[in-house]
Amino acid sequence: MKSRSKVIMLIVASVILVVWSVLTIIPMYWMLIGSVQDTKSAASFIPKMIPDVLSVAPYERFFGKTNVMRWLFNSLLISTILTVTNVFLASLAGYAFAKLKFPGNKAVFWVLLSTMMIPAQVTLIPLYILMIDVFDLGNTYTAILLPGIVSVGNIFLMKQYMSSLPTSLIHAARIDACGEFGIFWKVILPMAKPGLAVLAIFTFVASWNDFFWPFLVTNSAEMRTIQVGLASFVYADTTDFGALMAGATVAALPMMILFFSLQRYFLQGITIGAVKG
Amino acid sequence: MQTAPAQARPSRPPMKGYWREYGWAYLFILAPVLLFLVFTLYPVASAFLMSFQEYSVMGSEWIGTDNYTRMVQDEVFWKSMRNTVLFTIGTVPVNIVITYGLSFFIFQMKNKWQTFFKATMYLPAVASGVTISVVWLAIYDPTNAGLLNRFIGLFGFDPVIWLGKSDTALFSLILMNWLGSHGAGIILYLAAMGGIPKSLYEAADIDHASGWSKFWRITWPLMKPTTLYLLVTGVITSFQVFISVYLMTQGGPNFATTTIAYLIYSTAFNFYEFGLAAAQSFVLAALIIVISIIQFKYFSSDVEY
Repeated sequence: MKSRSKVIMLIVASVILVVWSVLTIIPMYWMLIGSVQDTKSAASFIPKMIPDVLSVAPYERFFGKTNVMRWLFNSLLISTILTVTNVFLASLAGYAFAKLKFPGNKAVFWVLLSTMMIPAQVTLIPLYILMIDVFDLGNTYTAILLPGIVSVGNIFLMKQYMSSLPTSLIHAARIDACGEFGIFWKVILPMAKPGLAVLAIFTFVASWNDFFWPFLVTNSAEMRTIQVGLASFVYADTTDFGALMAGATVAALPMMILFFSLQRYFLQGITIGAVKG
Repeated sequence: MQTAPAQARPSRPPMKGYWREYGWAYLFILAPVLLFLVFTLYPVASAFLMSFQEYSVMGSEWIGTDNYTRMVQDEVFWKSMRNTVLFTIGTVPVNIVITYGLSFFIFQMKNKWQTFFKATMYLPAVASGVTISVVWLAIYDPTNAGLLNRFIGLFGFDPVIWLGKSDTALFSLILMNWLGSHGAGIILYLAAMGGIPKSLYEAADIDHASGWSKFWRITWPLMKPTTLYLLVTGVITSFQVFISVYLMTQGGPNFATTTIAYLIYSTAFNFYEFGLAAAQSFVLAALIIVISIIQFKYFSSDVEY
């Protein structure tokens, strides 16, 4: 009796999971398969789920009409810089909040943490005026990068992660007369590598996918990131289905490749710090 | 958790010793603190002042609470509040039920299949909001070339103008959210489910508890921290929904999809009414903070197991 109901349960679960997986994947499939069908030719005027003629014409049109190589370069540059600064500064601060004793430790941490509740819309306008009018940084990499150098969310994650590292090793290093920065650099960072890897991956993906801020502070086609560029293409050319799907694919594919090659980090990394919050 | 035990402190001259002892720690947190002052504290204070001013590059003028008065008298503002709340109610609870259900089913699977389904359900999360919006724009294509119209066509329905009609536009934005990534939530739920001691269920079996009561009395209470975490983050995110609105509907038709985040953007950067936009943004902030505090109260009554 018992095992029979278990088998039925397993079958029901499998069916539901397979159906939902298909629903989850269909938009991504539609994007990929739509990007290789030329809807401007008579052969496949209406895109098909399973096409009989494949074409690279949509990609040719997307690459021909836009600055996409420059956008990809901008995105790569910005995401790389922000990943390095976030990993370094968030782990440094996270370590200080988790392991060092100093007056104001808890107070400063809680003030920083509470800013996570403030929606971006509040700081947006003054930040925009500050960057564009006061610092005169409109349309520069500096303007895109500055507010994102280190995020409070990342500091929080690193604090959670650093708390779990053994304190005894820090004391041993202190007795061996390593400087405080030496302890961080030579003892803490090597121990924290798995956490840093997760932080790096999530920061890179988030920076690559970020839209709103780079969109606000850039106004020339050369300075756009791939996301901002794709959005501008949507506004300019909403009728070319194939080229739109090609653009969407170009923006998403690097992150998908990253996901498939580093799947383990993506799927395990989420639990760092999150549940115990 | 603070675990560092107290360190021996040899007596030193007060100030010099202070910096020798704590200087490094302050240096380590210097960058985030500076960034906080310049890019959070200053903008918040500035936005607050701005909300009582008529902003102009030449010099702003104090106008008291006029921005707030104009805001509450504006029909579109109330429409945007309604849309934002509807969007949140339509997405967050439904998504939690979907996420929980999927996690429950995945939990029954063998390890290899767990990883497979986790990865599949996670995948859309690595695509950007812009990419997702572009793809769904095509899925909602109002002609019979649109994927969704083709699908409902199989059942004999006529093509629907999903995003172009005020009675379906907001629902369309909600629907695409249901079919988005549930991967992160699933991973958190699975971690929590894996942490429930088997002995609890065995004890319940001895008492001949039904599957239903085991769910309500054991599983659900122990899932509470995860559920609340997903609730808080979900509400905060959906209160700020922007990209899909900007790219797919521009708030239309007839303001049917104007969310409060989109209204703020449009007030500021289409009409350059910075003061009014600042006032609107503080309403959004107040809502989010109040809701977050309510949730934090739940967090503090944490379940122990």
